[in-house]
Amino acid sequence: MNTAYLTEDRLPTGTRTGLSSLDALESEAIHIIREVVAEFERPALLFSGGKDSVLMLHLATKAFWPGKVPFPVLHVDTGHNFPEVLEFRDRTVERLGLRLVVGSVQEFIDRGDLSERADGTRNPLQTVPLLDAISRHRFDAVFGGGRRDEDKARAKERILSLRDEFGQWDPRNQRPELWNLYNGRHTVGQHVRAFPISNWTELDVWRYIEREGIELPGLYYAHEREVFRRDGMWRAVGEVSQPRDGEEVLTRTVRYRTVGDMSCTGAVESVAATAHDVVIEVAASTLTERGATRADDRISEAAMEDRKKDGYF
Amino acid sequence: MTITDFQTATLFRFATAGSVDDGKSTLVGRLLHDSKSILADQLEAVTRTSVERGFGGSASGEGQGQQIDLALLTDGLRAEREQGITIDVAYRYFATEKRSFILADCPGHVQYTKNTVTGASTADAVVVLIDARKGVLEQTRRHLAVARLLRVPHIVAAVNKIDLVGFSEAVFRDVEEQLLRAAAELGLPDVRVVPVSALEGDNVVELSARTPWYTGPALLEVLETLPAVDELENEFEAFRFPVQSVIRPQGALAPGLDPEPFRDYRGYAGQLASGVVRVGDSVTVLGSAAGTQITTSVAGIDFAGTSLPQASAPQSVVLRLSDDIDISRGDLLVEAGTFAEASQDLHASLCWLSPKPLREGAKVLIKHGSRTVQGLVRSIKGWLDLASFSEGPAADLGLNDIGTVQIRLASALPVEDYERHRRTGAFLVIDPVDGNTLAAGIASGVPDGEGEPRGG
Ligand SMILES: Nc1nc2c(ncn2[C@@H]2O[C@H](COP(=O)(O)OP(=O)(O)OP(=O)(O)O)[C@@H](O)[C@H]2O)c(=O)[nH]1
Ligand SMILES: [Mg+2]
Repeated sequence: MNTAYLTEDRLPTGTRTGLSSLDALESEAIHIIREVVAEFERPALLFSGGKDSVLMLHLATKAFWPGKVPFPVLHVDTGHNFPEVLEFRDRTVERLGLRLVVGSVQEFIDRGDLSERADGTRNPLQTVPLLDAISRHRFDAVFGGGRRDEDKARAKERILSLRDEFGQWDPRNQRPELWNLYNGRHTVGQHVRAFPISNWTELDVWRYIEREGIELPGLYYAHEREVFRRDGMWRAVGEVSQPRDGEEVLTRTVRYRTVGDMSCTGAVESVAATAHDVVIEVAASTLTERGATRADDRISEAAMEDRKKDGYF
Repeated sequence: MTITDFQTATLFRFATAGSVDDGKSTLVGRLLHDSKSILADQLEAVTRTSVERGFGGSASGEGQGQQIDLALLTDGLRAEREQGITIDVAYRYFATEKRSFILADCPGHVQYTKNTVTGASTADAVVVLIDARKGVLEQTRRHLAVARLLRVPHIVAAVNKIDLVGFSEAVFRDVEEQLLRAAAELGLPDVRVVPVSALEGDNVVELSARTPWYTGPALLEVLETLPAVDELENEFEAFRFPVQSVIRPQGALAPGLDPEPFRDYRGYAGQLASGVVRVGDSVTVLGSAAGTQITTSVAGIDFAGTSLPQASAPQSVVLRLSDDIDISRGDLLVEAGTFAEASQDLHASLCWLSPKPLREGAKVLIKHGSRTVQGLVRSIKGWLDLASFSEGPAADLGLNDIGTVQIRLASALPVEDYERHRRTGAFLVIDPVDGNTLAAGIASGVPDGEGEPRGG
């Protein structure tokens, strides 16, 4: 039989062999991770201990089994960490036998190469140490856990995103990206950011975490915490995050939807204690994860695009 | 959003196309909005921007004052919002009880055709928007030609802004006829036509009372029921597997594994490009070394510690083979007896995506599957005239041109006819100097070596 063209009478009628959407997303991500490892000399994976980076590392372990993950992980440390996330990061790196490279925002501030922002958040300050680590370690490809459903600028970015000598993204001049043939060619000084989970939604991520039994830092699940209200979010009381006058400290049962700079990441009230509970909660949520929990994304309408143009994740 | 049936829900990818301002982004916004995929903070942000920019008031007077510019849900770049146009593809995600959708909202402007080709290359369906007042335009024809070239399995045409022509059946039938004529000229097999108002929602998610003469399904229902590419291909195409890398874990075994069973482990990592493979199947290795062909059998299919009895496209797995053969990245494994031969001569259509024109004698790189080889463009055989859909002679190919070429390769590649094998018939043309992607390549006129594919 010739399969020249699919016409109406030749559409399949019998059983469908289509993969479930989660299996299809997993397979696509693994394909991308393997392509990048095969075509680049010095890849690295951005690893913060947050759920998207944990998910990527999990996919990488599956991609190369029974071999070990063949690249180091890179953490751009804001110095404003949740202690349990750092502890989780170190434990994971140890368990998988990986090399950890850290770029430290604090060191740049201490040296006077970066200055603290008026609003105190350090997420936007990560760009400089990130680019410094990339050039110092001569990484030519960096895996990021960015997802297109997170933000309207991310929704526009290619899976392999070419960055110039300054790490800048040029959204008006992206390479075509055709089929599943990824073109990673770049010239000296350029590098590529690779986003294998571009096509996953927050809900996909949680369904997959549930299905695979992936361990996450405890703060993704409901726990009691001392918090205060700011900008419509619950902020944890911690070293870098202190209530101001008039902000009352309360004990609430909360969880985090994203973990970033502790000074600008908010918690949501939640009783979701397991991945399954979170799946149900996310499916019913009326707010996006960034809208609910990230003060830094509220700075302007194009906050993410502007940061990416400067070399951000 | 919904979580019903997520174990079985399949993934369906579609892209928008059509001329500038025909309403692609508005339609996408409408689909997201009416399928309740827009969350409160996104809607609030878009409403705020709409008000700031003075958007509102529809021609038919519905929903006055309440209107939001739905295109802002996907036009996420600063420049897009300022100019009110789409520049690059936006990917959005939504799910119904039946399906998870990946939606690529593409630009209509001719200058950004390369981005529309990007969005359409992975699509199971293209939704072509046509302004009911304007009918089929040159850019509509270009996008239909691109969809035909890429062999997108389904075309759904949305005759939009039906509110602006008084929900007239006569206007709709006229546009429908123009469209079906163009589709027939191109040989597009599966075209469905739906009258819609993206702005006001008629026939997008729910059937509209304002078009009683339309008796077909609403657009979303069409999209929910079309079969996806992989579902189609699995039943028809033979097994193809480009080897991405060789997994030999000796010395770098994943922590926690007992080294004993893996002492001689050698597996081939890749993603099935098409078909099904089962343990015990005879497969032929098309080697990159001097066109070698060796047949062996599949000893095992591994995936992250699990042994699978079979795998189907587009699964990513690791295959083990019965014989110790020298296989490396770039080799292609195929179902035995289903492949003619690798060739150094490549006859293909190109969709030229670069401002740098293609001339005869150009040296390029060809990326096919997991291999990249040098190529020399021997001749440019023709250029597709969009007005007549006929091919005329051409000395060069410029930005957004579609043409046919003859390329001589530095070493033989197992390229197949794209019409029959979408994945192994596709390739990239890359600039050897700056590494940019110059064209989407679609092989044609390759002799078919495929025998009868096995049933089910
Ligand atoms: N009355 C009416 N106006 C519409 C309809 N659909 C879109 N429009 C308007 O048409 C204009 C263009 O809409 P867009 O959705 O931005 O068009 P587009 O096809 O995405 O444009 P590009 O992406 O730049 O090619 C906007 O002003 C829309 O509000 C419709 O069904 N009825
Ligand atoms: Mg648009």
